[in-house]
Amino acid sequence: MRDAQTEVTRALLQPPRTPALLMFVALVLVPLAARFGAESFILSVFTRTIIFAIAALSLDLILGYGALVSFGHAAFMGIGSYAVGILATHGVDEILLQMLVAMLAAIVFAVATSAVSLRASGVYYIMSTLAFGQMLYFFAVSLSAYGGDDGLTLSGRSRLLGTHILANDRAFYYVALALLAGFYLLAQRITASRFGRVLRGIRENPVRMRAIGFEPFRYQLTACALAGAVCAISGVLLANLAEFVSPAYMTWQRSGELLAMVILGGMGTLWGAILGAIAFLLLEEVLSGLTEQWRLILGPILILVALGGRGGLAGLYARLRRRTGGGAP
Amino acid sequence: MSSPLLAVDSLRKSFGTLVVSDDVSLTIEPGELHALIGPNGAGKTTLIHQLSGTLTSDHGRIVFDGGDITSLSLAQRVRLGLARSFQITSILPDFTVLENVAVAAQARAGSSFRFFAPVGDEAALNESAHGALARVGLSERSAVRAGSLAHGEKRLLELAIALATAPRLLLLDEPLAGLGQEESKAAIALLRRLKSEVTIVLVEHDMDAVFDLADRISVLVNGRVIATGTPREIRGSAHVRAAYLGDEVPL
Amino acid sequence: MSTALLLVQTLNGLQLGILLFLIAAGLTLVFGVMDFINLAHGVQYMIGAYLAAMFCAWTGSFWAGIALTLPAALAFGLLLEVLVFRHLYGRDHLDQVLATLGLIIFLNQAVKTVWGAAPLSVPMPDLLSGSIALMDGLLYPVYRIALIGVGLATAGVLYLLINCTRVGMLVRAGATNAPMVSALGVDIGRLFMIVFGFGAMLAGFAGAMVAPILSVEPGMGDNLLILTFVVIVIGGIGSIRGAFVAALMVGLIDTLGRAFGPQLLRLVLAPAAASQTGRSLAPMLIYILMAAVLFYRPSGLFPVKQ
Repeated sequence: MRDAQTEVTRALLQPPRTPALLMFVALVLVPLAARFGAESFILSVFTRTIIFAIAALSLDLILGYGALVSFGHAAFMGIGSYAVGILATHGVDEILLQMLVAMLAAIVFAVATSAVSLRASGVYYIMSTLAFGQMLYFFAVSLSAYGGDDGLTLSGRSRLLGTHILANDRAFYYVALALLAGFYLLAQRITASRFGRVLRGIRENPVRMRAIGFEPFRYQLTACALAGAVCAISGVLLANLAEFVSPAYMTWQRSGELLAMVILGGMGTLWGAILGAIAFLLLEEVLSGLTEQWRLILGPILILVALGGRGGLAGLYARLRRRTGGGAP
Repeated sequence: MSSPLLAVDSLRKSFGTLVVSDDVSLTIEPGELHALIGPNGAGKTTLIHQLSGTLTSDHGRIVFDGGDITSLSLAQRVRLGLARSFQITSILPDFTVLENVAVAAQARAGSSFRFFAPVGDEAALNESAHGALARVGLSERSAVRAGSLAHGEKRLLELAIALATAPRLLLLDEPLAGLGQEESKAAIALLRRLKSEVTIVLVEHDMDAVFDLADRISVLVNGRVIATGTPREIRGSAHVRAAYLGDEVPL
Repeated sequence: MSTALLLVQTLNGLQLGILLFLIAAGLTLVFGVMDFINLAHGVQYMIGAYLAAMFCAWTGSFWAGIALTLPAALAFGLLLEVLVFRHLYGRDHLDQVLATLGLIIFLNQAVKTVWGAAPLSVPMPDLLSGSIALMDGLLYPVYRIALIGVGLATAGVLYLLINCTRVGMLVRAGATNAPMVSALGVDIGRLFMIVFGFGAMLAGFAGAMVAPILSVEPGMGDNLLILTFVVIVIGGIGSIRGAFVAALMVGLIDTLGRAFGPQLLRLVLAPAAASQTGRSLAPMLIYILMAAVLFYRPSGLFPVKQ
């Protein structure tokens, strides 16, 4: 009995590395496999998937580890893409600079809005993040100098250190993948750090954390800023992939989809969020290839996941492992 | 005479028309175990809430170790060395027992705005956590998920958490509640060891334990302190007996 | 700005507010009594509009169409309750978000599949078509005035139901403290079902009523849903009175802000800058209002939860 408990604890503390590793290996091989099919189409689908995986990963940081249900996370994708669009309009097309500006803007927005949202709790928190997301959406719509409602077409992809390497689809794919891997490792470090432990503690029991000397607000605010900054990078990439920037990147439906990805993959595991983004977007892609009415299938799938799937795909994996007895790492 | 560790002056708290703390003044001397007793609804837990900063007071002043802490938050008071336990067990259920205590040690050991180094590898935190667990006798259970502990073990864990914040004053709200006879005996022995190490304010319904452990006792009735004194003085006080009349607490 | 224009825009704002209230009334109870995040409430408004379009075309009469829409919207709401919602009470908010998001995706597509992607329209009933002169040279459509009147009447009926009936009392108690009501031996499952079905019917009614002046199309409920959320958060979740006050506030501020914001700013800014800033600021006004309310009153203007 004692041993079984210790086992569970160890599983909790050490997220399984195997599925994450397999996932990344598969992603590295995608461009090679793509050569045997419609290469540019497959590459663009998977680049998009990776970009959303970055956004979902950043959401998992506050959702899975901080229990902060943000319903306005797409706003940060919007901030990232508008940083590209606006800077490019004014002749700044170096992606590193664009990323820097995007992250700074995202941090400012995250701190300003979270300072209000975090005062509220439960449903009020969810609704206030939604409202701030909508606020930014309408602000983007009103930016008539940058396309307004119609959006803004870019003249091409950004430069990386002065080169046009990102114009090559395969190079762009690997840059996105490298960023995803980097953020995944970073997020793993953060969740296992002092800061991450405090954040997880607040998720578990905020009163207890106060009673040992931590003010939840400061840590939650920092987590929101971090997640926002990472998500802004996904926006920078999305603008570059589509060579187009639009308010449609930050609709509330998009925020909802990001939540769906994280829940589908399994919250609080990081790799689950990545897997969730892949599963969601590939499902969309496959279903829409099958029939025009694909949403009639996607909707019920989401409902079934919500009704029956506890812990998402990552939870399913953990249960399967336990059943097959493959306990020890 | 040394200055008191905690001085409470005219503390008041009311919820609407219900006055729960009425002009409470108290001093806690360094090193003593000071028990708060009184019938149910006398305002003992409310007073603990006010002292720890869980509730803000409507009126009055709280001075801890010479500094005014009346307007400080719960978290700020903990960082000064004023820790509390809860009447209803409050732990981090999905953390291991060790991590529950280590995070408390972490609160007192440098900034927690560190993002890269794995906190599980911080030997200093783990050592002080193991130390606190050893003091309450939970060392063997350190790797277990806290939520799966037995009730009595959770009470001990909560004590270890409070100890790990390196408190100078420990506010314990019914630490013996819900414990079996054997567990209770062990916990009382533990409190006796602790009282030589740290100043304690104890709210407890087990009168045998209170009169056995306390250096001084304050009696609360309807939010007022009606008497403070040594166990012997309280036992002999006609005033206290009168206040308890009709209540079946044996004195 | 002329008085006439101000009057017209105020009436428009009032009309939006009333519409929002009809949708928000059900939603705030679902949130408050059941602690349930229902994103699919906006599609019930859409379904109401589609049902009205269908029944009006079948019967050839606006009135018969509306009369048939009400029970149909109620039945549809109850069907959803039985199939999906009742399995989600007491579950994590996230599960509710995901399931109701799935419902939105499904139903937005389903109406397209059943009724086609092209917008439908509902003919205005003869009795309520045309305009009346509110003052010299100011014509206002009769239908819109009727809409405001019907909305206010519905609000009145709702007020009586909530305050003077046994079910209403239970609903109020449930919004304040659901476990307590359950502990008193009330069949909370049935209460939820009643609240849910009634809320769905009100939203459907709102959809049916605006069908003659808006085009009936897939996704028409999505953006209105967000405005409704703003309303119930400002009003205080679970409070019908709060929903009413907040709905009128949001309707008026949004409409008047868009109409007069740029002109008002012209008092302090250069004309070009004023119209630019005004246009970008106006749609954000209600969200700024909501942020301000949350900042000072984190549980809304009329908090009910204990």
